Amino acid sequence: MKVAVVVFPGSNCDHDAYHAVKHVLGQDAAFVWHKETGLGGADVVILPGGFSHGDYLRTGAIARFSPVMAEVIRFSEAGGPVLGICNGFQILLECGLLPGAMLRNRDLKFHCEQVAIRVEQTNTPFTNLCTVGQVLRLPIAHGEGNYFAPPDTLRELEAAGRIVFRYTNAFGEPTDQSNPNGSIDNIAGICSEARNVVGLMPHPERACEIAVGSADGLVLLESVVHSLRAAHV
Amino acid sequence: MKARVFVTLKPSVFDPQGRAIVEALHSLGYESVADVRQGKYFELDLSVPGGDAAEQLAADVAGRVLSNPVIESFRIEIAKGPAQ
Repeated sequence: MKVAVVVFPGSNCDHDAYHAVKHVLGQDAAFVWHKETGLGGADVVILPGGFSHGDYLRTGAIARFSPVMAEVIRFSEAGGPVLGICNGFQILLECGLLPGAMLRNRDLKFHCEQVAIRVEQTNTPFTNLCTVGQVLRLPIAHGEGNYFAPPDTLRELEAAGRIVFRYTNAFGEPTDQSNPNGSIDNIAGICSEARNVVGLMPHPERACEIAVGSADGLVLLESVVHSLRAAHV
Repeated sequence: MKARVFVTLKPSVFDPQGRAIVEALHSLGYESVADVRQGKYFELDLSVPGGDAAEQLAADVAGRVLSNPVIESFRIEIAKGPAQ
């Protein structure tokens, strides 16, 4: 498996994603600069976390117009798996690959902490090795992760099983207290209608080794390896 | 031509910054400020011949880039006469 990690000016989790794929998972990974117009034959695309273009205007609003994004959209339309993490999720929302938008965290604070999220859906390329209801401990680090979608969009997401992750307490209960940013319905991550594009605010790539506090994020990367193998059989 | 673009959160969208500001105002004694909504203001300098073209260009830019239609709406003013 070859993973393209897209690098925007201001990305700062690109090396974490590269490290997790290359050194922890033992798969091939390559950085792709945002000005490029190809993905180097990658099987998977990761839009990493960070502060592309300084978060100016809105988070992800300028990155969505980078040349590489046209290629990412084409790749996703052909069914290629795309994972947007944190700022990468915000870019996916801005470019319309995923519905909704991000608001400032409801308490206006930047949250940098470990949270619990519950896996709601396992039929995506990034969660197929999870179990429904599984609780993952992952770090978050964002000031604008307050997911918003209008009521009709929210109903569609719920009905189609496209809410992939919810913020919960340690017991997997989506309480208001366990919601770090005010996201509507405790939504931490969603997927596209075709299910191959997944975005989430927590950082699985920063939680792939016990030495850094949690290895719960590794299952997302293992899942995509598994889904590609299944597709090639 | 100069255009002014005002981008604001839609009424249905919660504005955490506006809420913090109005709470601060209340604590300062400005009880009669009932609500605050924070937005963004842009000044565009447009190289187009007339007001209609300016309006069209500003609306295109405001709708495509300056605002996010999921959460925001925008209003445009075209400045008449020379730039100030």
